[in-house]
Amino acid sequence: MSGSSIFVFIFAMWILIIIGGGIAVLILAPITISGYGEFDLIFSSAIKAVISIGLVVTWIFILSRVKNWIFRSQLKI
Amino acid sequence: MEQEIIAAIIVSAIAFFTVFALTPFLIKALEKRNSTVKDYHRKGGAMVARPGGPSLIAGILISGTVLYAFFPMTEIIAILITTALAFLVGLVDDKKVMGGWFKPLALAAAAIPILLLGAFDSNLAFPLFGEVKIPLLYPVIVVIMIVITGNTINSIDVLNGVASGFMVIAGSAITISLIILENYEIAMVSLLLVLTSLAFYKYHKYPCKIFPGDSGALTLGAMYGAIAIVGQVEVIAAIALGPAIFNSFLFLSSMKRIVEHRAIKEKPVELTEDFKLKATSNKKASVTLVRLILAGGRPLSEKEIGFVIFKLTIFSGILAIITAFMMGVSL
Repeated sequence: MSGSSIFVFIFAMWILIIIGGGIAVLILAPITISGYGEFDLIFSSAIKAVISIGLVVTWIFILSRVKNWIFRSQLKI
Repeated sequence: MEQEIIAAIIVSAIAFFTVFALTPFLIKALEKRNSTVKDYHRKGGAMVARPGGPSLIAGILISGTVLYAFFPMTEIIAILITTALAFLVGLVDDKKVMGGWFKPLALAAAAIPILLLGAFDSNLAFPLFGEVKIPLLYPVIVVIMIVITGNTINSIDVLNGVASGFMVIAGSAITISLIILENYEIAMVSLLLVLTSLAFYKYHKYPCKIFPGDSGALTLGAMYGAIAIVGQVEVIAAIALGPAIFNSFLFLSSMKRIVEHRAIKEKPVELTEDFKLKATSNKKASVTLVRLILAGGRPLSEKEIGFVIFKLTIFSGILAIITAFMMGVSL
């Protein structure tokens, strides 16, 4: 059927979202910074934000690779 | 629970019948004012009324106000104000074509009522693994969510019936998810979105009598995003939006910049002699979901492509509902 490989891509997106959630909760969330007094929260949030942006960029890169792999024949159009 | 069911039935009926009854009058009024655009995919190039946003916002605001009378919650007001602001952003774009950056920036401003009214919880919930507390980052997510949902629904509004039909399916998925998560009041707001979209679909489906325009697409998209934030189903909503997000992802990764779709000369699809659509062979044209559906296969009619998109959305909706069940499971 038309677009059958798109189902595979959407499923891959779903798996990546769940894995991303796991990384966010298990690795990113426990990061804490101490020793800066009232700035602790701001510093730890800033570090988490930078890592999160890095993760998003990585995810987009992986999705782009998955897209090229799944649609390699169609994208030659 | 009895009060919730009665309220749900009343506001659903108001939402559906307001749009259902109002849209024919809007079509006549728009045609009278020559506010029509050519439907290039149709034989003869029929002129179609645009925009349908006013009837959608009327259905949402009237039924939403009645729902607020049943449940006076700040969260409902926040969703309605954000939706109304997104409608105004779309209406400006309908009247005067703005630059590619106008909609993202204006939609970001439309998210402000959610922040000012404090209608959000700064914990971001993920399936299987639990929540992340991000009090400083979450307001940024609120703004990004409204911008993304508004623009993705707008970008998928390329064929007769797709934007409204898509919203019926994706909205149903988050309504069911909100019920699974026992967030009944916001589930009712989501139900309004589904029923206004369903009533509009009657006039928007192929061969359509009215286009939603930017005012309609941004209204639906921003309301969807606001429900996701206020109902704390951000991840579930993103999953249900899969085909639309994929479409935006394909578009941006092929164009490599934010650009207003009307400003693009090379079209991703071409019309055949028998008014079917086929993927273009022009390498400068953007890659879109419709182009990918058509690539390598036979030309399809607009209606057939719409059904493929709906099947993809049903698939994403099922994944979203599975995710809602997974929210209750902890590893």
